[in-house]
Amino acid sequence: MTSNAEITVERTKGDEALLKVKDISLSFSQYTSGLRKTEIKVISNLSMEAYSGEVLAVVGSSGSGKSLLAHAILGILPSNAKLSGKMEYKGQELTQERKEKLRGNEIALIPQSVNYLDPLMRISDQVIGNVEKKSEKLMKELQRDIFHKYDLKSDVDRMFPHELSGGMARRVLVSTALMNSSKLVIADEPTPGLDEKNLNETLSYFRDMANKGCAVILITHDIEAALKISDKIAIFYAGTILEEANIEDFKNDGENLRHPYTRALWNALPQNKFQAIKGHQPMQDEVIDGCFFYERCSIRDEHCSKGTPQLKMINEGLVRCNNVS
Amino acid sequence: MYLKAENISFGYKKDNWILRNVNISLGSGEVLGLIGDSGSGKSTLCKILSGYETNYNGTVSLDGKKIPSGIYNPVQLIFQHPEKAVNPKWKMKDILNEGHIVSQELLESFGIKENWLNRWPNELSGGELQRFALARALGPGTKFLIADEITTMVDAITQAQIWESILNIVEELNIGVLVVSHDKNLINKLCHDVLHLSDINTG
Repeated sequence: MTSNAEITVERTKGDEALLKVKDISLSFSQYTSGLRKTEIKVISNLSMEAYSGEVLAVVGSSGSGKSLLAHAILGILPSNAKLSGKMEYKGQELTQERKEKLRGNEIALIPQSVNYLDPLMRISDQVIGNVEKKSEKLMKELQRDIFHKYDLKSDVDRMFPHELSGGMARRVLVSTALMNSSKLVIADEPTPGLDEKNLNETLSYFRDMANKGCAVILITHDIEAALKISDKIAIFYAGTILEEANIEDFKNDGENLRHPYTRALWNALPQNKFQAIKGHQPMQDEVIDGCFFYERCSIRDEHCSKGTPQLKMINEGLVRCNNVS
Repeated sequence: MYLKAENISFGYKKDNWILRNVNISLGSGEVLGLIGDSGSGKSTLCKILSGYETNYNGTVSLDGKKIPSGIYNPVQLIFQHPEKAVNPKWKMKDILNEGHIVSQELLESFGIKENWLNRWPNELSGGELQRFALARALGPGTKFLIADEITTMVDAITQAQIWESILNIVEELNIGVLVVSHDKNLINKLCHDVLHLSDINTG
């Protein structure tokens, strides 16, 4: 891998989506004071599709519940979570049972940081994971191959996580996904706090995976990073996806973008207008009937405050807004 | 008024310097950017400037005078993760008024809503908490702000909102700001001048 690679975007489109998420909602029941119970809705009516050979970025602000989307797909939510809606993987329904079977094999998670590794296990052992005796040697060779490709020397195999530098840790985490020739890779905030060189290097790994035929879901708050390597960008706001736009739509003043929030986000970037709109994302305990962006929207009308807008297909992109055409 | 750091050297181990003979000077009303790779010592320099790290060689001075410890520090540091800079067992109104009674005017310019004051820190988002951290740090005695990656974790709209407020306030109060960030576009937009830590650090 080159460290400061120019990231090439190749497109090999599959026909049908590898993963379809249809109208899922997720809520947690919590005890507030004493035995009083409340429901907090963190994801509502979220739909998205991930295709093989493509990078889909899910962009939203930190702490807005994006990671929970990843956890929902992997089936690792806590017991007080309530998930509704439908998910399909390879055309078949993705049940909890199927999730458990697929995760770690066909579906892989690349976590945020080295904290997700076992601190007392040697690197090669945890990258290989639990395998049968007879395939042990083969897996070891494969692991060495992948490490070699990512410029991880053989002494890294026997290191413990605390001995890795930030960049090395990142490459180890990426290797775990490659070990099982995963078909769907979900990367959860893989870039915060990286300088430009490390950032580009990390991003190029994901592009690389997609070019090899994986479907990659890149969960991030960094829209600029997402723009560098993605094919599509899903804009996550207050627990739902307001728009799924193609990368080419992000240019000039954002006139090709469909949702007013996406346009505002684009115009708020420092290299664009650095212009802020007023207001805040609604809190998770606020009950909103109608469009989640209603309070801050410049093109709203009275029927926007009642009922969630339907998902519409406009110019080969999806949008949840009543007033676009 | 000038905040000056002269010949700053710092390291955790002997003969392994993170910072070596670093000089930096920041004037009142000036907005200065600082860029550097991961691990190049940006955050360490920030901590030294604002008095959190005292075990260093060199001098930090305000108009040629050493900054006294034990009283309100005119150089205030804002952290990247505001959730780690607030007491989770205090309500927001107590956190806000920890250092000084924050004026209504300041609350309005940061867009802090009345009903946020009665919440706990875990009931607010990172961007909202960061506004509290800023209002808290802008006491009457504050002359310089050190902003260490303060909008790295928020979305672009919140980032633009926060910086718009900061720029207005520091201009009005004639406060100097050191902006540390990886985001070159942000630095170029905000700052009068930019320093690369690798150019001024010989360590």
